[in-house]
Amino acid sequence: MLTCQELTELVTDYLEGRLSLWDRMRFRFHIGMCKHCRAFLHDRKLAIKTLGKMPADPIPPDVRDELLDRFRNWKRE
Amino acid sequence: MDKQAPLMHVSLLPGDRQPQGEHPGGMGRSDDIRGTAPLSTPVSEVVRPARGDIVAASPEDRAVIERLLAGDEATFARLVDEYHGRLVRLARSFVKDQATAEDVVQDTWMGVLNGLRSFEGRSALKTWIFRILINRAKTRGIREARLVPFSSLGDGDGPNEPAVDPARFGSDGMWADPPQRWEDDTPEAVLLREEARKRLEQAIEELPPRQRTVLVLRDIEGLSAEEVCKILEIGDTNQRVMLHRARSAVHRALERYLEEE
Repeated sequence: MLTCQELTELVTDYLEGRLSLWDRMRFRFHIGMCKHCRAFLHDRKLAIKTLGKMPADPIPPDVRDELLDRFRNWKRE
Repeated sequence: MDKQAPLMHVSLLPGDRQPQGEHPGGMGRSDDIRGTAPLSTPVSEVVRPARGDIVAASPEDRAVIERLLAGDEATFARLVDEYHGRLVRLARSFVKDQATAEDVVQDTWMGVLNGLRSFEGRSALKTWIFRILINRAKTRGIREARLVPFSSLGDGDGPNEPAVDPARFGSDGMWADPPQRWEDDTPEAVLLREEARKRLEQAIEELPPRQRTVLVLRDIEGLSAEEVCKILEIGDTNQRVMLHRARSAVHRALERYLEEE
């Protein structure tokens, strides 16, 4: 059986769909049996989803004005 | 590049003559047919990879390009509002300070404007803009001796750190100090905690540069593995190793914070 430690190293390949069929079965079997690894997988997925929601800084107003100026110049050329 | 199964392409129209995406494994298509797709190619004729791995320009992307070419300032303003901060965030994984990153992004905008006419729509507008940024950021990073070329790295930069501290497992490899299921159940709930967001940002800043680039492109910006490999000119395995290390580092940082609450 897959150990918990091994599972924590295979998790990315699992989420990327890059495990072999056999390893995928072992992974899922382990998850089915082990609530700690279920928690680990839940947390990992939540961490990834959280990254996808991280806002970027807004553009500083002076930079925005400058870029719009450049756009007008570009248009004229 | 390591070998991958060739992407499956589905032709929407029989006898479609358009270039079939930009993936190196693209069914033996060669470069000689690139650059022949007119900007006005009807979207229905643009063939998308079946797995959606390399995303072609959407009708919205094409409309944006048309309006920019027509000199529509409001469209450009919306584009910079949407992308500027994200480009700076991506640039920060290549150059050492905020000011340089801002410079690189300004260069990028000029690159976007000057390249509009050559945009062929075989990648999404977002991917195209990111590629322009990365080309500029790499040049800048090399000049400042900050950038480690991808090719000189084995299978990822940074030390080969385990995903989870080995001390947390027993000698049988099972959890001795198991993780807690985080109480926050949505990303929004996590991000509402200002401290959590700070820790996340800090964890990302502390990543080795190439891991940081991969994490930003994959998990923050949502590009596919194939797109990231192509844009960074790295192999699929290398990409995955860097993603694994970067995600593990971010996971550890969040866990440290959420569990000390």
